[in-house]
Amino acid sequence: MEYAYYPGCSLEYSGKPYDKSIREVFKALGVKLRDIKDWNCCGATMYVSIDKIVACSVAARNLALAQNMGCDICAPCNSCYTILRKVNRYLAWDPEMRGKILEVLKAANLTYDTPVEVRHPLDILVNDVGLDTIREAAPYRFDGLRVAPYYGCQLVRPEHQFDDVDDPMTMDKLLIALGAEVVPFTAKVRCCGGSLMTTYEEVALDLNNNIIKSAEDSGAEIMVTACALCQMNLEGYQQKINKRYNQKHNMPIVFFSQLVGLALGVDPKRLGLQSMLVKPRDLKLIPKGMKVEV
Amino acid sequence: MPSIPPIPEPKRQREAELREAFLKEVAGIPAGEKIKNCIQCGTCTGSCPVSRWMDITPRETVALFRAGMLEEILESRTIWICASCYSCKVRCPMGIEVTDLLYALKRLATHKKIYPRRFPVHALSDTFISSLYRFGRIYELELGLKYFLKTHPLKLLSSIGFGLSMIRKGRMAILPKRIKKIHEVKTIVDRAKELEGV
Repeated sequence: MEYAYYPGCSLEYSGKPYDKSIREVFKALGVKLRDIKDWNCCGATMYVSIDKIVACSVAARNLALAQNMGCDICAPCNSCYTILRKVNRYLAWDPEMRGKILEVLKAANLTYDTPVEVRHPLDILVNDVGLDTIREAAPYRFDGLRVAPYYGCQLVRPEHQFDDVDDPMTMDKLLIALGAEVVPFTAKVRCCGGSLMTTYEEVALDLNNNIIKSAEDSGAEIMVTACALCQMNLEGYQQKINKRYNQKHNMPIVFFSQLVGLALGVDPKRLGLQSMLVKPRDLKLIPKGMKVEV
Repeated sequence: MPSIPPIPEPKRQREAELREAFLKEVAGIPAGEKIKNCIQCGTCTGSCPVSRWMDITPRETVALFRAGMLEEILESRTIWICASCYSCKVRCPMGIEVTDLLYALKRLATHKKIYPRRFPVHALSDTFISSLYRFGRIYELELGLKYFLKTHPLKLLSSIGFGLSMIRKGRMAILPKRIKKIHEVKTIVDRAKELEGV
């Protein structure tokens, strides 16, 4: 099993722990990730508000680079995942747009003839690797840990492919397979506001406050997410939220891949747990029996 | 009965111009023509997590478009508040890609330079694409700094704490990283702009 890896800009820095843990988990499970060399930013939701052909062409450069690697793309950032899939859909839908984008690529000496499938690591882990394989490979379990799986928006809705848009279960199943207790969590696909945290903070703070509250109300000890931006919004702004809404949130927000990595016995440091703003010693998630220094 | 004053000619003309440009954008969206099927049920507005901060709701956006009030839509904060969560799209009973219609409106606003007053959110996209053009990737520190300097300089102060803790955790770069073949990205952007005449 092999995938063309597209980390995206967020995973280089703000979402570094996500990048680290994905690489470690795939390595531990014997799944090869080959980086797409010299990839560029996908344009996210920003470029599409300026110009569509430019936005699609910029993103398509990455698809063109991956084309010759002969495998599916693995894109952990939910926004990159959505954008790359969308570009594939647009290329197949409109011959005129396709013609323009291919012409633009040609100007940079690139071609894109064979569509490359774009996948999310959550989908790959559960549907390609399989829960049984992961369970068998994991020496540790999270028995009794109450977890709220937070999917966010981009992964499940715009280009939905492998799960339900209102009540996705892929992450739930993965966490249950590792022994965790998944709490009923009504905000699992509620929006965190994305870049509104920068542009219209009061809206984003309200949204995140409600999401964390919902997780607390359902008895969760930690929240698990699959998106770098959701993670940053939920984790990085808890103090601001507490001040503004007079709350006492102290909710660890980790990436699903960090939990899988811990279960597989990977050193927490290699999973980027020391880079979380909620300190590892506050995390209740180190599996029983696992000896770690935090 | 009092007579209704006619719409002044310049406004009528501007509307016709905007409408033509918008319909062109709509034609470029898969299933874009379904905007015609909107039954004004309000499922989009009801599903929208941020509609209560909008001055015009997603449902009203379609209604105003039909009423020939595109300029009013572009002057509203609505399209810049949309968080791209796509709840409206997956729930619309008529299969309208509402989020992508809002993107089409954003592009129209950007091309025509019509923005809401005292709400410079669109500046984030400009800052974002300038980073992409120069480095090939997003330089988050500069993105934040430039955006706040352009819009709310005072906000920089309240963001310093967050920024520093991210830098300390190795989660924010102090210097940008440029991709090797940045010329390819520049060629792509330039050529695409040329083709689109923008």
